[in-house]
Amino acid sequence: MCTRRLVAVLMAAALAGCAAARSVEGPNLGQPATPAEIAAWDISIPPDGAGLPPGSGTAALGAVVYAEKCQACHGDKGAGQPNDRLVGGHGTLTSASPVRTIGSYWPYATTVFDYVRRSMPYPTPRTLSDADVYAVTAYLLHLNGIIAETDVMNAETLPRVKMPNRDNFTLAYPAASR
Amino acid sequence: MGKRSDVSVPDLEAAGNGLLDRRIFLKQGALLSAGGLVAAAGGAARAADPPGAPGPGAGMSDYGGPAPYESKVKRTLIRSQAGTTGSGASRTPLEMLEGTLTPSGLHFERHHSGVPDIDPATHRVLIHGMVKRPLTFTVDALSRYPMVSRVHFLECSGNSASMYGAAPPAFTCGQIHGLVSGSEWTGVPLRMLLEEAGIDPRAPWLLAEGADAAAMSRSIPVAKAMDDALLALYQNGERLRPENGYPVRLFLPGYEGNMSVKWLRRIKVTATPTMTKDETSRYTDLQADGKALMFTYPMDVKSAITRPSPGLRMPGAGLYEVSGLAWSGAGTVSRVEISADGGRTWADAALSAPVLPRALTRFRAAWKWNGAPAVLKSRATDSTGATQPERDKLIALHGSNVIFHYNAIQAWSVSADGEVKNVYA
Repeated sequence: MCTRRLVAVLMAAALAGCAAARSVEGPNLGQPATPAEIAAWDISIPPDGAGLPPGSGTAALGAVVYAEKCQACHGDKGAGQPNDRLVGGHGTLTSASPVRTIGSYWPYATTVFDYVRRSMPYPTPRTLSDADVYAVTAYLLHLNGIIAETDVMNAETLPRVKMPNRDNFTLAYPAASR
Repeated sequence: MGKRSDVSVPDLEAAGNGLLDRRIFLKQGALLSAGGLVAAAGGAARAADPPGAPGPGAGMSDYGGPAPYESKVKRTLIRSQAGTTGSGASRTPLEMLEGTLTPSGLHFERHHSGVPDIDPATHRVLIHGMVKRPLTFTVDALSRYPMVSRVHFLECSGNSASMYGAAPPAFTCGQIHGLVSGSEWTGVPLRMLLEEAGIDPRAPWLLAEGADAAAMSRSIPVAKAMDDALLALYQNGERLRPENGYPVRLFLPGYEGNMSVKWLRRIKVTATPTMTKDETSRYTDLQADGKALMFTYPMDVKSAITRPSPGLRMPGAGLYEVSGLAWSGAGTVSRVEISADGGRTWADAALSAPVLPRALTRFRAAWKWNGAPAVLKSRATDSTGATQPERDKLIALHGSNVIFHYNAIQAWSVSADGEVKNVYA
């Protein structure tokens, strides 16, 4: 067999192999998901705010929700104890005892909304209304000196909040830096 | 620990302070069996009945458990956040186990809001986002897909975090390094399900979300999902244990454990990472300069000697087998070296087959302990050429606030009375 023919045969074999690997025939048992189903399940909020629900809240209302739902675990004004501290810690990240809080560490404000809504309060997650989640988020951002007490947090304003530690993360996974 | 009688083997010395070529065990084994034969032939009258049951023993059982004499072999250092019982971790007692497969009931746990009780008859997995056909899959449906079985370790990125502390923790091997376990995982390649849903070939990310109370979620590169990710249904031959994600979990070989989202209920294919709490504020690696590394996925090459190790007293000078585990999320363990003189000289340990990629690998070496104080170390290298650093080098590079991805060389000191301790040396 001449070299060119051998190469052609090998290439054809390689392409056939690729095609086989790319279209493995499965039993195709997935059931179509309806838009309503997807809307009910899709609770994740990325930094651009896509998927943030209607509603809004301010720190003043958030203080009330916080006192009732959050303070027992996270302390007065987010000071921590018995569980995670949520406020302060600015300037401690290079010290021997860094304090990683929403204010000192978290890079995205949308993550606060996403996490509080999906996971908190710890004993009864997903019991706060969207308005209450906006309000608690506003309160925690205000306690950290990131927004004013009267700033309204909603689907428009929350993604625009720039977190103080935003630029101090280095991506180790290369695809993310594209 | 197998202590044997004094043997003179200067020709088999492999490194300083008594590390021997492991063939010593083979040679000596042959000698011992010859001696045993002679003794047996010399025996005359029956002195006493051999040990054995005086009558029929216990009956069959529908699900066996360990021998009652092994009741102290349990998960260790179980800690949960204040006021909670399921927001923390439990660790594998590595020093009490051998081989490379961790019994499922001793696999480490790390939960963010407890172990949910999920009925497989009603559980579903939704795949949506940048796909042509959003689909849901029941557990029964997933069980009908062609499956693959792979042996892999799973390691929490916070494994060994106590070793970043200023003083060496007075812990056992499992209490320090026991957030790693090894299993055979069986399930459906995620790629097949993403292709069935018609994944957008340009989509770089997906979000994986659990059905636990925390709805724990992580962004996963599609490249990994299409390469070797599984939706695992079985662990060590049986359905997943509840604490390991029953009825279905994501499994990402070699990646930090929390990305292998348990109790999987949703996969959303996305254009960008979602930047969830656990990939921003939690599992990011704070460096000494105050910057943090994000998306540090593969667990680095690592090893620890499990025997001898703290809590396992050495009963006197003599010949011992040094046994331990090595692993790498980047590939296959290619070499493990052992030192008995604190890292001055090193000898290659034997790697017990099978040596599999991204799997726990058992290593063994022979050590003739002379009864004097000594420091044992193990140093693993993987197929990418990466080698474990000494602890001071790791901390000089990254600082001691990192919490995660600790993979430095472990040192155990042995005192003259046979006590083994965790030391920085």
